Parts: sequence; C-alpha cells; structure tokens
Amino acid sequence: MSDKPKNTEKTSEKTTDKKAEQHRRLSVFKTYKLYVGGKFPRSESGRVYEVTDPRGTWLANAPRASRKDARDAVVAARKAFGGWSGATAYNRGQVLYRVAEMLEGRKGQFVQEVADAEGLSKAKAAEQVEAAIDRWVWYAGWTDKIAQVVGGANPVAGPYFNLSSPEPTGVVTVLAPQESSFLGLVSVLAPVIATGNTAVVIASEKSPLPALSLGEVLATSDVPGGVVNILTGGTAEIAAPLAAHQDVNAIDLAGADEALAKELEIAAADNLKRVVRPQPVDYSATPGTDRLTAFLETKTVWHPTGALGASGSSY
Amino acid sequence: MPTTASSAAHALTDVTASDGSLRRFLHGLPGVDTVGLEARAASLGTRSVKTTAKAYAIDLAISMVDLTTLEGADTPGKVRALGAKAVHPDPTDRTAPTTAAVCVYPDMVAAAKEAVAGSGVLVASVATAFPAGRAALDVKLADVKDAVAAGADEIDMVIDRGAFLAGKYLKVYDEIVAVKEASGAARLKVIFETGELSTYDNIRRASWLGMLAGADFIKTSTGKVAVNATPANTLLMLEAVRDFRAQTGVQVGVKPAGGIRTTKDAVKFLVLVKETAGEDWLDNHWFRFGASSLLNDLLMQRQKLATGRYSGPDYVTVD
Repeated sequence: MSDKPKNTEKTSEKTTDKKAEQHRRLSVFKTYKLYVGGKFPRSESGRVYEVTDPRGTWLANAPRASRKDARDAVVAARKAFGGWSGATAYNRGQVLYRVAEMLEGRKGQFVQEVADAEGLSKAKAAEQVEAAIDRWVWYAGWTDKIAQVVGGANPVAGPYFNLSSPEPTGVVTVLAPQESSFLGLVSVLAPVIATGNTAVVIASEKSPLPALSLGEVLATSDVPGGVVNILTGGTAEIAAPLAAHQDVNAIDLAGADEALAKELEIAAADNLKRVVRPQPVDYSATPGTDRLTAFLETKTVWHPTGALGASGSSY
Repeated sequence: MPTTASSAAHALTDVTASDGSLRRFLHGLPGVDTVGLEARAASLGTRSVKTTAKAYAIDLAISMVDLTTLEGADTPGKVRALGAKAVHPDPTDRTAPTTAAVCVYPDMVAAAKEAVAGSGVLVASVATAFPAGRAALDVKLADVKDAVAAGADEIDMVIDRGAFLAGKYLKVYDEIVAVKEASGAARLKVIFETGELSTYDNIRRASWLGMLAGADFIKTSTGKVAVNATPANTLLMLEAVRDFRAQTGVQVGVKPAGGIRTTKDAVKFLVLVKETAGEDWLDNHWFRFGASSLLNDLLMQRQKLATGRYSGPDYVTVD
C-alpha cells in the first residue's frame, strides 16, 4: 500500500523529465526564400505571407514577391540563356538527370512538404514525389532526342541540303499549376528547360513550399544559376508584369484561372509571346512531347551541296 | 565677396610657387574620415526616387552621358554608330534628350565630329598617352594638339600617377598647366585614376592639385583599371569642387567614369551631386557620366516609365 503511491510518483517524475528533455530543444523554423539567379534572396519588397495546410494550420511564411523581383528574375534568366541554350543537349540531359538524383536523396523532405501542402497521406504524397522524380528522368532523356523528332532534312528541288532544327524560344514564364504543388510543377518546368530555355516560375500560390525547396535542389545539382528562377506570392500580381515584359518570349498559363489567363494572354500579345493556354491535365499520366515542342522555334538553313561529280552526284 | 574670393585665389597662387609650398598646401588639407565618407555615400544611396522625380532623373542622366568608346578595335564605322546614338539615343522616341558628348581616341575625333555635326552633341577626346600617361611631355602635348586640331570640344587628360605618388606634385601641376594651354578653347577634364591613388587623402590632394592647375572638370577614372568611379570617391571630389568654389569663386565640373552601368547607380550619383555640391552642378555643363552601357539601361527604364511594361535588350542598340 505504501509502495504504490511511491511508484506512481516515480513514473510521473520520469514523464516530466522526458517532457523537459523534449522542450529543451528549440524548434528551428526554416526561412523559405526565393530562388533568383542562383541565389536565395528575400523579396525585394520585404513582404511574406502565411502558408497553411488545407485545414488552416500554419506551415511557414513564404516570400510575397513583387514586380521588381519578377524583373530581376527575367534579367537573371536572360543572362543564363546564352550558356544554357548553348550547352550540348547531352550535357543538359546529364544536368537534368543529376536533378533527379538529388531529389531522390531528399525524397523524405518532399514527401512531408507535399503531404502537408495538399493534405495527402504519406503514401499518396510519396507516390506524387516519385512520379515527379521519374518525370525529371523522362525529360532528361528527351534533351538529346527531341531534335531528331521535330527537326530533320527536308527534300528540296535543287543542289542544296535543307535542314530544320529546333531552337529554344528564350525566357519562358511558367505559372505552375495551383493544385498539384510538386508533380504539376515538375511537369511544366522540366520540359521548358530540357530544350534549352530558361524559366521564371511562379509557384502555386496556396502551396509554394515544395517549389521553394526544389530551388535548393536545383542550386546544388549543376543547373547554372538563372536557368530556373522561382517566385512565390500572388500569382496574378507577379504574372501581370511578366506577361507584359518585353524580354520574356513565352508564357505557360497552366496555373491561371480563366479570367486571369485571358487578361495575361492579351498582355502577352504585345510582343508576340508564345502562349500555352491552361487546360485540364492529368499530371500522373505520361505527358507526351507537347510541352517540349511548345517552346521551340524551328530554324531552317539551306546549304549548297557543292560541285556535283561527273556521275551526277559526289555523295 | 568678390574681393575675398580673389584674395583667396591670390593666396592659392602662392601655394604653387614651389614644390615645397605646394606639398605643404596639399598635405595641409584636412584628412579624410574614411568610415564617415563611405557611410555618407552609402546613406545617400538609399534614397528612393520614384515616378516624376525618376523620370526627371533619367532624362537628366541621359543628357549627362559622355557616350564612350575607347577600344583598340574602334573603327570609323563604330564611331559613326555611336555618334548616331548620341544624337538620337532612342530612335523609337524622339523626346529622349541627346547625350552630352561622345568620347573617343584622338584619331577618331574627325569621324565623331562628322557624325554629331549640327546636333549640339560635343566631341570629347582622351589624350596625353591615355590611359597610362607614360610618355614624354612633348608627346602628350602633341597628342592634345592633334585632338584639338581635329575639332575636339573637350580634352580628357590623365595625370602622371607615377609622379604624383612619388610626391612630385609640381611636376604634375606643370604638366596639367601645359596641357590646359595646349587645349586652347577646349574644356579640359583631368583624370586622376582614383583606383591607382590608393587613399582617399590622395584623391582629395589630386582634386585640389587639378583645380589649382586650371582643370574645367575633374574625372575619377579611365575605366581601364579594376576600381573605377565609386559613390565614395565621387562624393569626395564633389566636396572638393564645392570647397574650391567657396574659396576661389571658380566652378569646376565632376565626371565619374567607369563601372556605372545601371539607372539605379546613376540616380544615386545624382543624389550625391544634389546633396553635396548643390543644384548648380545638376547640369551637363558641370556633371557628366563617363559610360557606354549605362545609356541602354537608362533607355530601358525610360521606356518602362513611358509604357508601363518592362523593356528588354531587344529594344535598344547592341554596342
């Protein structure tokens, strides 16, 4: 009888000890930052906004980028374009594959972030992340094959070679899908940079955290700074100056609703940007080459074959 | 007031009587508070200039540009293209002001003169064995006379940094006086190459030395060394011209050159001018930017203000 209360006292002491130990460590919260020109700046405006999971629980503060951040991102993307578009397709493939390798190593983090962002179970989130990694690999494989599919030698009636080859469009603004925060993002970003374009990405407004973490992966996987620039904040606020920007060559409106898409398409017409309109896409299905070819220009050259031999052809 | 100014000027003529008196004067100038100077320059750089003030600043900055090409590979064609750009910086918008001048090597002065004829744009020529300045005085003077004969409106000379750093101030002084005489009616800009003078004290001394010798402009750099115009060294030179006018009544211009590439930077320099030397210097007769790529950025910003959308390098010339 006398022993019993002593015992309970002991156990309760133990649990408070444990609790104290748990409390001794302060939480280390992550400061999510933009990814522009290979660096991680805060928004020029100094603004942030609260990111929550679907049930309204606070997850983190994300930077609310301004139009000046968008402008800086375009400058960075333009600067990176020469090097990235000039890299061999084979090299670009290697770099993109490296991205997939690095993602694989940080899978746990992305599963957690996707689960939080989209309110999915761990298993469902893991499926999404694995599909996204596989998509990087899939597009990495396309870098040195797309030219054979959409380019080629054209038959002409004369002593000429006539060759068409695809070239990247330039700086592409990508409005990432609002719902699929990671798989959707990868599905619209990877095809843009695979062919040698550089990208300014506006992440999902509600769930921007996986996109910002992707920036950290890109920074450590041989992708030159400025090839991908990631902005977070109000999609409409950032997209408007980008759609009107004279140094942006194309815009993918995947993350815009109907009204916004219309407005942006009008602004984009001013310097004849290529526009991909929003459409319902099942991001879990194999995508096809549509998004690769959407941001390619065809260059055709005529080249004389040289003197033909006496037999009519020296080839 | 004029009597005190002229008596002060008389007092200053005595300081150049001998090497010793010149040295005593220059070393007697107050020492520069490095930390204070840089902090002041940095704090003036934080000022936000927006909307109509920004539009004014951009147009003023364009009108102050000495559009420069100083390459071994300069051709008459390139100089003509530069001249055309100086006259009509933005061919799509004729309301853009002309630049102040084009700045070229002496053998390109004739081509530049032809390209800007009748537009009011001046032709400046570097001379005196630019950029090193390592040649005999006769050679330097011949260089100057050559440029003036070809029609240069302004001469940009470099000082003998070797002599200055060795403490032979009177040699540097005499050389500037000789070049000034050879320049005739052309305005003389004296380049100190601040990046090679090592200390702020030296920049202050060089500024006074140049002004005593009759410089119409004092200019930071050639643009050919690692450190060119910075807000701090330009602020120091602006203080020097302000103090010089207060003492002698003679106004001298300032020209930062090299490394100023963005509109933001240019506006920061204009704030320095306004807050240090005063509004009298906010004119292209008294303040210039030695630059080439700056003009494109100014034009892109100007287009942004006019149209509301960001412009790009496709809409300005490739130099």
